[in-house]
Amino acid sequence: MRQQLVLRVVVVLTLVLGVNYIAWRWLESVNWSAWWIAVPLVIAETYSLVDVALFGTTMWRARRRDDPPPPPRDLTVDVFVTTYNEPVELVMRTAEAARDIAYPHRTWVLDDGSRPELAAAARAAGVGYIERSEDWTDRPRHAKAGNLNNALFATEGEFLLILDADQIPEPEILDRVLGYFADPGVALVQTPQFFTNVTGADPLGSQAPLFYGPIQQGKDGWNAAFFCGSNAVLRRDALMQLGLVGYVRETERSVREALHASRRLLARAQRSAPDAEQAAVLHEVQQAAARALAALDAGEPLSDVTYGFQREVDAISAQVVARDVASIQDDLAAIAALPIARDDEIGAVVVDEPALARLADREWSPLGAIESVQALVRAVDVDRSSEAQAVMPVATLSVTEDMATAMRLHALGWRTVYHHESLAHGLAPEDLGTMMTQRLRWAQGTMQVMLKENPLGVRGLKVGQKLMYFATMWSYLSGFAALVYLAAPIIFLCFGVLPVTAWTVDFFARFIPFFLASQLLFLVAARGVKTWRGQQYALALFPVWIKAVWTAVANVWFGRPLGFAVTPKVRPDGSPSQWRLVWPQLLAMGLLVVAALIGIVRQSMGLAWWVGTAVNLVWVVYDLVVLSVVVQALRYRGFTGPEATPPASARRRGIA
Amino acid sequence: MELTTDQREGVAVLHVTGRLTMAAAGELKAAVDREVAAGRTLVVVDLGDTAFLDSSGLGALVGGLRSARAAGGDLRIARVGAQVRTVLELTTMDRVLRPYADVEDAVGDRR
Repeated sequence: MRQQLVLRVVVVLTLVLGVNYIAWRWLESVNWSAWWIAVPLVIAETYSLVDVALFGTTMWRARRRDDPPPPPRDLTVDVFVTTYNEPVELVMRTAEAARDIAYPHRTWVLDDGSRPELAAAARAAGVGYIERSEDWTDRPRHAKAGNLNNALFATEGEFLLILDADQIPEPEILDRVLGYFADPGVALVQTPQFFTNVTGADPLGSQAPLFYGPIQQGKDGWNAAFFCGSNAVLRRDALMQLGLVGYVRETERSVREALHASRRLLARAQRSAPDAEQAAVLHEVQQAAARALAALDAGEPLSDVTYGFQREVDAISAQVVARDVASIQDDLAAIAALPIARDDEIGAVVVDEPALARLADREWSPLGAIESVQALVRAVDVDRSSEAQAVMPVATLSVTEDMATAMRLHALGWRTVYHHESLAHGLAPEDLGTMMTQRLRWAQGTMQVMLKENPLGVRGLKVGQKLMYFATMWSYLSGFAALVYLAAPIIFLCFGVLPVTAWTVDFFARFIPFFLASQLLFLVAARGVKTWRGQQYALALFPVWIKAVWTAVANVWFGRPLGFAVTPKVRPDGSPSQWRLVWPQLLAMGLLVVAALIGIVRQSMGLAWWVGTAVNLVWVVYDLVVLSVVVQALRYRGFTGPEATPPASARRRGIA
Repeated sequence: MELTTDQREGVAVLHVTGRLTMAAAGELKAAVDREVAAGRTLVVVDLGDTAFLDSSGLGALVGGLRSARAAGGDLRIARVGAQVRTVLELTTMDRVLRPYADVEDAVGDRR
């Protein structure tokens, strides 16, 4: 309790000092004559203040939970081991450990690679094996989310423990966490992810002790503990509710979109219609679409609206057929009246009711000739035929299914729990390339969710929950700020361009207290876990963060593919091109060193002002120390040492 | 739909490629009228590459038949596919527009 009080004091102190500094920066010290660097810098600094404020908010209610009650004896549990292309031995090691979990359960290997050898190994080990059903052929597969959704309809346990292929569970994992579900409002319990193949120095920054610790506990305090995709137990009911609500919402959204888009498309088609009759038909369809949209707005049930619309289109189609047939009959009568007789049987032509109906139905309808109408009719339906399953419990809107799923659970009023005890241990990537691919994927997934379902606008979330989701998304924008923080000292040292009007006492008196307070905040919040590696990578991976934002924007707004890659779990052989992966960082380091030398020369020639040079040299040194982690990572040759152990706070506590 | 025309003495052969539907009906009817007006009153519509026919397309064929007959000629169809044949049979229109096996049969069968 006292610790929490100290933390809150530091949070308030940091924010007061931060606002004091940033306000002065905006109002008094932007060097407008060099606005092209001054404005980006002050924006980057504001970004950082907001980041610190969100971190402070996260820590404000950090919650360390007591042990849950022991679980009831009669729950049914499915344990899912998800795999795509990991080696069979690796998957089976996890599957066997999952099978040996103490609490009664059934174990399933969810093989997205449909490998016969894995199926055989699973059978031999006495665990279930699930691959995608035929429904998924030629439909969007949705990666891991799709894999889980497929398995949800092939199993029936009330609770699901989800494990990545390389996350080996402890036998007591279920006994330790199922007790939380005695609260019927709890949908998810997340435990930490800890990696054993990591040295103490952790050159690739694999462990996330700040996240799987203070940050998750902070989010937990706001009832916003995140789902992280593995080492978590979920309540099936909650997921199914999510699937059903999502189905209704998705369907209504796609129907609405189709109807909206149709107004424009049909108007265009009317203008380019080859004749007045077709234009009139299009106009009628347009009217039907407008009526359907109005009915939706009036709150009429989706099924009624779509059914009504389909019937209207069918009626229009029948009218067209009737008109065609009438004109055919006219023509036939005119032909029969001609003086020249033929041997044909004009009088015998009878177009009866079944024939009319057949000509008007969806398959042969003359409306089908008009592409815009055909597409509209397909879209305004409730069968979601473009998806393998109408109901998708695990969110599919992002390449990382976990964050979006948890956010939707929270929006429906469910509670989540972060249980700070390491109950499964995994393997982290052992080379820079794999690590960067993984980080890129997480960042892309997070940005996709932010762009598609911005938490600040999600109905059903409490303010605190919105902020917790937003905080994580916000932190992924750091790449742009990093770019400015790298550029500003280089520009000053090389060209003497000042982004700040003066590095005077005014500056130091405001900046240094804020800087120290925010460092103190990290120190207090971290409660002894090492966070420096994380801080380094937050800046040093700036090209990854920028790429993630850029590709996510291109994907969400312009429909481009993300270039999504699955993280390999084994080290790829020989990787001479690792240097190329981090060329922007190496270039930045080179530029910083050159800039420092130029700055010193300019200073010695009396071209620069000594305080400015000194400040910027310190700044350059800081940037270089941060970026140096990339060099360490490049020199890292994989893990050889003894297995790592979790931080003291997350050690296994044994069965209570 | 794509429409190509072979013209001979008194005969026009129209090759219809693609879907003979509402969107294409007007074009076909106009082409038949044009050929008939130019004196090629025996019009053979080659449906060998026609994948699909709807009621409007059928209307265009009968409309063309009327123009040709009124000018003392005829309109014949050749090489019909499965879907087109089904539509013709369903509407009993095959009794009026009798499908010929190939274009030469249709041209050669001069009344």
